[in-house]
Amino acid sequence: MDVTTNPTQDPLGAVPVINPGHSYKSLTDKLTGIVLTKNTPTAWFAFMGVGFMLVMGLMMALTYLLAKGIGIWGNNIPVGWAFDIINFVWWIGIGHAGTLISAILLLFKQDWRTSINRFAEAMTLFAVACAAIFPVFHTGRPWLAIYWLFPYPNVMGLWPNFKSPLIWDVFAVSTYATVSALFWYVGLIPDLATFRDTAEKPWLKRLYGVLAMGWRGSARHWYRYETAYLILAGLSTPLVLSVHTVVSFDFAVSVLPGWHATIFPPYFVAGAIYAGFAMVLTLAIPLRAIYGLHDFITMHHLENMAKVTLITGLIVVYGYGCELFFGWYSGSLYEREMLRLRVLDGFYPWAYPSLLLCNFLVPQLLWIKKFRRNLAVLFTVVMFVNVGMWLERFVIIVTSLSQDFIPSSWAMYYPTRWDFITLLGTIGLFITLMFLFVRVLPMISIFEMRTLLPEAHPKQKAIGAAEAAEEGRAH
Amino acid sequence: MSAHSPAETTPYYGLMAEFDSTQALLDAAHKVREAGYTRTDAYSPMPIHGVAEALGMKERKVAPIILMGGITGMIIGYGLQYWTTVVDFPMNIGGRPLHAWVSFIPPTFEVTILLSAFAAVFGMLILNGLPQPYHPVFNAKRFSLASKSSFFLAIESADPRFDAEKTKAFLESLNPREVVHVEH
Repeated sequence: MDVTTNPTQDPLGAVPVINPGHSYKSLTDKLTGIVLTKNTPTAWFAFMGVGFMLVMGLMMALTYLLAKGIGIWGNNIPVGWAFDIINFVWWIGIGHAGTLISAILLLFKQDWRTSINRFAEAMTLFAVACAAIFPVFHTGRPWLAIYWLFPYPNVMGLWPNFKSPLIWDVFAVSTYATVSALFWYVGLIPDLATFRDTAEKPWLKRLYGVLAMGWRGSARHWYRYETAYLILAGLSTPLVLSVHTVVSFDFAVSVLPGWHATIFPPYFVAGAIYAGFAMVLTLAIPLRAIYGLHDFITMHHLENMAKVTLITGLIVVYGYGCELFFGWYSGSLYEREMLRLRVLDGFYPWAYPSLLLCNFLVPQLLWIKKFRRNLAVLFTVVMFVNVGMWLERFVIIVTSLSQDFIPSSWAMYYPTRWDFITLLGTIGLFITLMFLFVRVLPMISIFEMRTLLPEAHPKQKAIGAAEAAEEGRAH
Repeated sequence: MSAHSPAETTPYYGLMAEFDSTQALLDAAHKVREAGYTRTDAYSPMPIHGVAEALGMKERKVAPIILMGGITGMIIGYGLQYWTTVVDFPMNIGGRPLHAWVSFIPPTFEVTILLSAFAAVFGMLILNGLPQPYHPVFNAKRFSLASKSSFFLAIESADPRFDAEKTKAFLESLNPREVVHVEH
């Protein structure tokens, strides 16, 4: 079957998504062996150590924040949103790749997603957890945030203002976190059953057994499971697009020059996928090396991810172009002046060129196949993207706020040490959760990997042998 | 469905055949159905298309349950916003209408997705009878391979056509690796 008759097929043809020579048993043994072993790789301790130290910093920063108030951050008037919202948007964006890989690529029948979807989903959950810390602690008194943020019946009879994008954001992000967690857990159930049946120690058997909920792989169960999983993917697809759209409304619905732009929703969604794929690659390259997953995460996978990064990066750059054009075309003095200050000689003249370097120039290396397949180059490029996407939010938020309509109310924003400790702390939290996850749960979906083996697809009785063979090739 | 009910009336749960490949399991499932057995189930480490249908499964409940969840979510989401801003505590914010339906769409959408997802997961689990702390099939010695690399097909002794001798002979005619008794 060629590309013209089946556009969803990989145009490069039959590139195997698992290296040849694997059976159900070898695949299961390898992937369960990563967790159910006494040998933890030394690198795991190194990453955990670094992550855990940074988490300690986060604890300290948040405790001090609760004691002193948010005055310990560099936020001021006019820059009322700074590191807290930059980091929030950055983390939420990173989370998006997980859902994209697990849901959208599933609907497009991209088999290569199977090797990376589980840990990308975990990455989504942990990134959303890191993101949630910022707005919640930005309220200053998070224990009161429950009735500020959610429609909680309180003694004052007040409700949140549903005409505000900030409340839409609460609904979008909390729904996203919940649905991602459900999707992730449902995907884990059959693999938890494998762990239950493999574990030697009784307490481990019991623990994984409870988590697997008595899954026994019944054909009727699989049938309902697959229906539910596919529809969940279908639900997650518009959800993931809605989340960053709503995040962009936080800006676009305001009247501030630099924020008030209709390009924001698509441009934010593309940026989220861009940042997310960069982070998946940032994690996949070291994990693949530490755990020897070369048979499952092949060069083909890394190259595909590099291509998605390149394409979404170009969409983001198109967004930058639109921003400039709309600012100029609006004819508004404030819009044009804001762009001049942002790009040329505002308070932060270094920010915009650094952003273009990280998000536009460096990723162009990925046009060249040799670089896409060179792990050192690929890793360097995605690190630039990680930084670049953070800078993008810095440019949008801080340059727009620090110099708005009236020059007399302009003010520089300087982050404090607590801003940096909190940002690094969430990076530490992310690393810690990620490495705890790969230590105790299967980081690659074992049952879905089994379905990639050719022998997993029997010839159906209803169709003739020729058609069945044809279908066999299509898989 | 209910694996527990016939516990008192039958001496043992049933017979279970083990197969080496998905093809053998699917072919066996077709033959079991053709032979008229109804209280049957197949077990495999990953989904195999066509096996549930081959065993005669016709249930299509998951999708309607999810649709119901979604509709409920949509009504709750919109209703919550309408009731709080129009009925319970009307407040003039910037002169905008109380019933600002355009602003209500994003939260309505999110609640719709949220309840659909809950319906998908919990609907699937409840229809599957999970969590289930005990099931007789786990008594079969090699059944731990059902989550790893092997394929099983069980016929319950509660099946109206079940006959200890004939059913065993029938299962053995399907070229299984082995056929075993499964205790309750």
